[in-house]
Parts: sequence; structure tokens; C-alpha cells
Amino acid sequence: MHAPDVINELAIEVIGLAKHVTSNQSRLTILSALQLAVPQRETLAILGASGSGKSTLLGLLAGLDTPSGGKVLINAQDIALLDEDGRAALRGRSMGFVFQSFQLLPSLTALENIMLPLQLAGRDDAAGQAKAALIRVGLEQRATHYPRQLSGGEQQRVAIARAFAPRPAILFADEPTGNLDAATGQRIIDLLFELNAETGTTLVLVTHDATLAARCQRRLQLIDGRLEPL
Amino acid sequence: MSSLGLAWRQLRSAWLAGEVRVLLLALVLAVGAMTAVGFFTDRIQSALNRQGSQLLGADMVVVADHAIPEKYRLEAAKLGLNVAQTLDFHSMVVHGDASHLAEIKAINGNYPLRGELTIAAQAFGAGHSTQGAPESGSVWIEPRLANLLGVVVGDSIAVGERQLRVAALLQHEPARGGDMFNIAPHLLMNEADIASTKLIQYGSRIKYQLLLAGSAVTTATYSGWIKPLLARGERLEDVKSARPEIRSALEKAQQFLGLASMASVILAMVAMSLAALPFVQGHLDTFALMRCFGASRRLIMRVLIHQALLLGLIGSLLGCVLGYMAQAGLAALAGSLFVEALPPPNWTPALAGLMAGFAAMLGVVWPHLQRLGDVPALRILRRDLGDLEAMGWLAYLPGLAVMAALVFWHAHDLKLGLVTLAGLLALLLVSSGLALLGGRLLRQLPLSSSSAWKLGIAGLMRRPAMAVAQVIGLSLGLMALILLALVRGDLLHSWQASLPADAPNRFIINIQPDQIVDMQSFLSASGIGATTVLPMVRGRLIAVNDKQLVAAQYQDDRARRLVEREFNLSWTAQMQADNKILAGRWWRADEQGKPMLSLEQGIAESLGIRLGDRLTYDVGGTPITLSVTSLRKVEWDSMRVNFFAVAPPGVLDQFPASYITSFHLPLGQEATLNQLVKRFPNLTIIDVAALMQQVRDIMDKMVYAVQYVFGFSLLAGLAVLYAALVATREERTREATLLRVLGASRRQVVMATMAEFFCMGLLAAVIATLAASTLAYYISAHLLDIPYAFNFGLAMIALVSACLLVPLAAWLGVRGLLNQPPRQILHSV
Repeated sequence: MHAPDVINELAIEVIGLAKHVTSNQSRLTILSALQLAVPQRETLAILGASGSGKSTLLGLLAGLDTPSGGKVLINAQDIALLDEDGRAALRGRSMGFVFQSFQLLPSLTALENIMLPLQLAGRDDAAGQAKAALIRVGLEQRATHYPRQLSGGEQQRVAIARAFAPRPAILFADEPTGNLDAATGQRIIDLLFELNAETGTTLVLVTHDATLAARCQRRLQLIDGRLEPL
Repeated sequence: MSSLGLAWRQLRSAWLAGEVRVLLLALVLAVGAMTAVGFFTDRIQSALNRQGSQLLGADMVVVADHAIPEKYRLEAAKLGLNVAQTLDFHSMVVHGDASHLAEIKAINGNYPLRGELTIAAQAFGAGHSTQGAPESGSVWIEPRLANLLGVVVGDSIAVGERQLRVAALLQHEPARGGDMFNIAPHLLMNEADIASTKLIQYGSRIKYQLLLAGSAVTTATYSGWIKPLLARGERLEDVKSARPEIRSALEKAQQFLGLASMASVILAMVAMSLAALPFVQGHLDTFALMRCFGASRRLIMRVLIHQALLLGLIGSLLGCVLGYMAQAGLAALAGSLFVEALPPPNWTPALAGLMAGFAAMLGVVWPHLQRLGDVPALRILRRDLGDLEAMGWLAYLPGLAVMAALVFWHAHDLKLGLVTLAGLLALLLVSSGLALLGGRLLRQLPLSSSSAWKLGIAGLMRRPAMAVAQVIGLSLGLMALILLALVRGDLLHSWQASLPADAPNRFIINIQPDQIVDMQSFLSASGIGATTVLPMVRGRLIAVNDKQLVAAQYQDDRARRLVEREFNLSWTAQMQADNKILAGRWWRADEQGKPMLSLEQGIAESLGIRLGDRLTYDVGGTPITLSVTSLRKVEWDSMRVNFFAVAPPGVLDQFPASYITSFHLPLGQEATLNQLVKRFPNLTIIDVAALMQQVRDIMDKMVYAVQYVFGFSLLAGLAVLYAALVATREERTREATLLRVLGASRRQVVMATMAEFFCMGLLAAVIATLAASTLAYYISAHLLDIPYAFNFGLAMIALVSACLLVPLAAWLGVRGLLNQPPRQILHSV
């Protein structure tokens, strides 16, 4: 369990974060001097138009990508000081992910997909915990089904079960309803927030959907590489 | 969960998803082909050794010029070896007024230990098999000796001071076969009678032999024990040298088998290499996700290593099982090839197959897997990251190295291995070049009329490296098929035809100059066609480049024996048709009488003689020195009369010569031979019909065996074709879907795909036909020594079928997708 030791400690702190990409000799600035502080248990929505750099920011927060400048601290730990494996280990310990395109492994069953992060974290009862998570999202009947045998909504429920099963301290959700119709998307969002409330996870939700964002405690907008309150 | 567990689960899933099947199948085929041929040649080798044993009359023989030390016999008895002892010497044998020199063998024990003697009341036919010595007081003699002395079974002859009764005529003696031009006829007697002949005295030239037979392990133990103990005048002979005729046929068969298994290995490794692509592609997301969920690079590498090893283990084990079953089939095909059933296989080929399987797996797949370890976790958010471009050339090096090692291992021959590898590299380069060039040409073509063509060719151009890889894969697969057709049809038949049904099956030696005309007219009167009679002079090689030869200077047993015994020298103006000059040149008509010599290559190698060396022979006390002006290759399995050393006419004419001929005696005409021997008692007739039958049997059986092993190549070739087709399936699916979404008709998508594969098929067929023909040319010219003819019909069939079948297969691949609405497909990609 990775519950915060000190209640007012920040789950995520970002100081002067910058990201540039260089292509054809011209430098493109995606993020610059970005500041962010996310307390434990907060639910935060980051809004932005397509191409505003939301996914880039998410990649940097999760340590999937390295910044051009500035720092990202996860639970007061500067992730720039960690090597690639250290960041992977940190993700395994403290982070969960829900993606727009579900990202279930086609070669694994629903249950095996949920088991994967548990196994990677070396949990003893991966199968038991995964089964419990599958029951929690109401898909116990689908345990042995492969992703291609599941509807989009079902796939995303499996992905949510997978994200919550290891009880991460922080959950990153990247347009979780982007590939779903409105009604299914609504049910998925309900489920996401229910589980978030049950587990007390810090939630960072990246979306361009204002209604979805409205369910978060705080909303920030990404404009010109900076975060601004909405 | 351990990395092994993860590796296992992922492999199992990949198996269910079909990503790993071609990879595994290719490995199973490669290992299967290797082990099948390995098991089989191993068994043939053991059988060959046994057959050699029969020619030796034992598994090994201790030969001495003095009585065999008692401890040698005691040790053999202690190890449980079967033993027999013989004394061999030359002596005159007398009957009435007639007398003749005979080679006498006095036997103690169950002679021969391997093989059997055939004895009978008359010279030819109706004999029965036996073992052991004649009863005390009696002898068995060769028909020729009986003729020379004018005796029949039941008569008595004088051997030294003893009268012995002729109990039977000796038709066949296995231990005789090794040296069939031995001049003195044989007489077998019981060792118990030796003392009474009073022939063994101080200074007599006697060859003492201790014959030994037993299991391979015990004989090896004994051989290891005795070798350091052998004193001067003692030596150990074993079965390394079988009859050159049979060895030659079997060597060719083994080369064929080796070639076939090499082809399978190469093809299977190409298939593995191609099949690794979709497997790896399928794993990209898995590993990116694992990275995202916190897996360390080390864990991922461990999972990868475990996967490679697991795949290697499963594939190799299945391959070994397949190989074992396949060799049982091979052995059944070749079973009656040998007098006895084939000995059971030992397990080394399985071990070798396992190792080769692991090596192939790691060599081919490892570079791919290595790159999987570097998949960026960010791929989860940005799918384009870490996509596999075709690998750089360096990444193929481990696979090529493993392939080269396996090729050399299977070629059993440095030259053949080098030629194969060079051919393979040339094929790779030429097909890459042709594929790139072909692509460029295609782009230049004015194809405005058909958008499908444009789309298809654009498809090829989009993935030039993949397209080249696919063309190479297709070429190799097709090449295997074409080669199989060529080998089955042309080459094997030519090989069999090199020993026609009317090939000579009898040799007559010892023909005196004044008998030639009479004998030839006798033979033609008996309905036996024209025979060529060749002269033969016996001489001992005494010096090379004026340096005296001493047997002891040679390490090699064969070389030592060659120096000790007399050579048969011959002369002729024209070279025998089945000989081939390897170095130097044959003499011209105006060089008659010049001191030139043409030497057989094998004997020159054994004795370390080179072109230009001057050899001095002692012929009946007169030395003659000849310069080696050419080295020849002799096809011993053609069964024609051949000589190690040949001079031009007019060089050896002053020496007393006997003549030799060979002819084909039709079945059932053995009586003619009895008359011939009566008329010319001094002639020695050597029956090689059995030997020829054996050679022919080997050819027939090997033809089946080779085709059977080529079956593996065929499967591997198909695996390559399939792997090449599915290598880009996922990407192609995505493109086809997109085209459909953008409004392309089903027809357009199908036509584009088929146009793309038509181009690939056409290129591959051209390359494959060229490569297969070159390979077939090499096999016929260098392995079989038979003329090669380009098979135009087959080339056409290959071309047409590749241009039809490859696009058809591609159509079958995309057809299913096109029947679904694009939206559904979009969701599944």
C-alpha cells in the first residue's frame, strides 16, 4: 500500500517544466516554464485543444518521456534523478494508467491483462486481486475473453480494473472516453470516479471534454505550453 | 510472477494468436532435417564400418611379422572379444607334375569373424556359406589353383612335406576383397597341420594375424590398450578403408543428403528470420506496456531471453522427435542396402540437433529481441515510436554466422561449405540488387492507365527493405522447390545412368600377351561383346625425386602399405572416358615413349606426390624413372578398369606385362566362365557383380533417401513462402483498411495487393530459377561428374506458377478482411 505518509505532501510537483522538439532545424516549444502542484487525493482535470501538448505533459508526468528543462517530483522524488529503470519501477509502485485506446494486450485475456501490472510489481496473489478487480467492474463473466471479443466499453472497464488493481497512489487517465459513445462513456466515467473515491487515489485526467472535466475538483487548461486555471 | 512464467504466458498467448507458429514451425523443420540426416548418416557410417569389417574378416586385426605375443590374445579374451588367428605365407603347392605358388592361410579359430566363406564342389555357382577352418588334413583352394594344378575336389596336393586333401573349392572369401589384384591364388588350411608341413622355419616370411571382433566400445578399448604396446613389425588394421567403389557411391549419397539438409537449414533459418518480424511486431506493444507498468529493462530482457530459450527448447525438442521419426523412415527406405540391418542410432545427432536449434533460434531471433528491450514506454502514447524498420545488415550477422557454422558442419567438406556460403551470399546480393533495380524500373514504367498498379508499386516502394526481404524469402523458397524438381528429375537419374545395367561385372587379370587374341575370340563366340584389354606391369615405387622411399617415413597407414606393395602400372594413348584431369595435362600423340606418368589424385595425396615429381619404380629389378605430368580423378564407382598410375605407350613396353580386361557377363552364363578357366587356367576371374549390385542398390535407395530429405527442404521452402507473405500482413491490413475508408473499391484494393505480389513473385521466380540452375550445375559438375543441361521447361513452369500463385496467396490473405466493413476493421487495428 502506498498511502501518503504526510497528508499535506504533494503527490505531484512540477517546477519550470519545458519540452522542445527539434525538427528540420526549427525548434518547436510544446511546454515552457510549466508549474503544477497536485496534493494527495486531489482529482485534477487538464483541458486543452488537440495538439496543445496534453499527451506530452502526461508522458512527462509519468516519466515516460524526459523533459528539456525543469523538474517533475512524484511523492517528493525528482524523477530526473532516476534512470529509465528507476522511473519504470516508480511507475510500477505508484502509478496507474487508463488510455484513450484502452491498450489491452490482444494476446492476453481480460483477467491476464489485469494481472500484468500486479505480476510486474511482484504481488503474491496476482490472480486473486485481478479477479476481485474484474468483479468490481462487473466483468467476472468475461475473465477468459480476449480483447477482440469485448466491446469498446468492456475493454475500457478491463483497463480501469487493471489501473486500480495494484492500488496506485496516482492514476493518469488520457481521454478515457475518447473512443466511446456518449452513454458508454458516461458509465465509464462513473466507474472511474467511484473507484477513485473508494481508493483515495490522486487522479490526473487529461481531456478536451468540459463535462468530464467538471467532475474533477480542479481544472487547468493548457494554453501555449502553460497551465492556467479555468 | 517470475520472468520465466511471464515469458511462458506470453509465448502461450502468442501461440494462440498465431504470431509464433511460423517461427516455431521453421525451427522444428530445421532441427528435424538436421537430426534426421544426422541420425541416418550416423547409422550408415556404423553400417559402413560393419561392412568394412566383413572385408577385413574382423573388426580389427593385429598384424605382425613374428608370432603374436600371447598377452595380446589374453587381453582380447579378457575383454570378451572374439578372436581368431591366422598365419599367411607364400609357398609352392604340388600335384603330380604341376606346381604353383599359392598364398597359404593357416587358420586357428572361427575365421572369418565377420562375413562368411563360400565353398563348393565346383568353381562357380551352388556354393554354401561357412565359417572356421577346413578339417585337419584337408584344405580349401581357389578354383584358379585347382585349374592350374589340374585337381578336383577329393584329390590330394602336397603342401611342404605334407599331403592334404582338397575338401572344397573356395568361391568367396571376404577378407580377400580388399586387394583383388593379388596374384597368388589362395589356399586355406588348418593351423594344426602347419607343423607337419615343416614350412615354418627360421627366416620364413610369414604374416601373423590376430583377428578381433566385438562391440564398438570393447574394440575401441582394446585399440586404445594395444596401440602404445605395438612393437616393431606389429601394426593394427581396422575398417577405415572400405571398398573404394562403395565408399565413392556412399560419399556422393552423403553429399546429397548433406546438401539437402543444408538447404533445409538455410531455408528454415530464412523462414525464422522472416517469421520473427510479425512476432516481434506483436510484442512491441506488450513490452511498451510492461515498461509503462514498471517493468525494468532487465526484466524485459530476461523475459526475452527466456522466450528465445523456451522457443529454442520446444522447437528443438519437437525437431529432434520429428528427426528421429523421419530417420526411421529413411532407414526403412535404405534398410536392405546393407547385408545386415542398420545398427540402432546413437544419441549424438539429437544432442547436436538441440544445440543447433538453440543456436539458430538465438542467432536469428536475438537481434530482433534485443531491439524489443529498447522499446520506449512512450510508445503507449505515441504509437509511431519504436516501430520496427527493417533491420540494418549488422543485425543479420549473428544469424548468418550460425547459418555458416551449420552449413560447414553439414557439408563435412570445407570446399562444399565455402561454395554453398558463397552461393548464398551471392544469392542475397544479387536478389537484393535485382529487387531494388526491379523496383526502380517499375517506377519508371508509364502505368497511368491502372491505379491498382500504381497503388501496388507504391506499396512496394513504401517498404523497400521489407520488399527486398520478402523477395529474398520468396526466392529462397522457390529455389528450394525448383532445386527439388531438378534434383529429382535430372540429377539423380543421371547419377543412376552412370552405372548402366550392362556395366562390366567381371574382371579378368593375368592375361598373357599371346592369349589376348584367343581369349577375345572365345568371349565373342560366347556372345560377350567387344572387350578392351589393357596392359599391366607390376612395379614397386622405390624413390621420389631420387630420394629412397621408406615405408616408415609415412604416418598414414595407407601410404605405408602403398609403399610396401607393388603398383599396377599401365599405358594408354587415350585417357579413360570416366577419368578427369585435375592438374597438368594428358600426353599428345607425339609424346609416345616420353617418361611421363599420370597419377590418380587420391594416391598422390596419400604419398604426398605433386605434379612434376619424378617417381622411380622398380620393375622386375630394373629401375625406371617417370615424371608426374598429370593428376587424374577416377570414378571408381563406374566399375571400369582403372589404374592409379598410367604412362604413355612406348615407355613400359620392354617390361613383361600381363593384361587385364572387364566385361559384362549376363546373368545365368556362369558356365561360360568355367569353360574359360579350363581353356586358360592361368587367368584370374574376379566377380564384381555382387559389388556392383551393392553400388546400384545404394544408388537406388539413396535416390529415395535424398528425395525424402529434400521433402524437408520443400516444407522449409513453403514455410519461407508463408513467412514472407505474412511478414507484412498487419501493416498491409492497416493500409487496405485505410484505402477502403478513403473510398477504394474492394476490387482496387485486391488488385493493388495482387499487383504488388505479382512483381515480387516475378522477381523472385527469376532469381530462384537462376540460383537453382547454378546450384544444379554445381551439383552435376562437381559432385556427380555428369553433364548438365538447363531445364527450360521447368524454368518456365516456375516463372508462370510464381506469377500466378504468389498473388493468389496474397489475395487469400487479404480476402477475409475485405469482406468486413472498414469500421469493424478499424476497431481491431
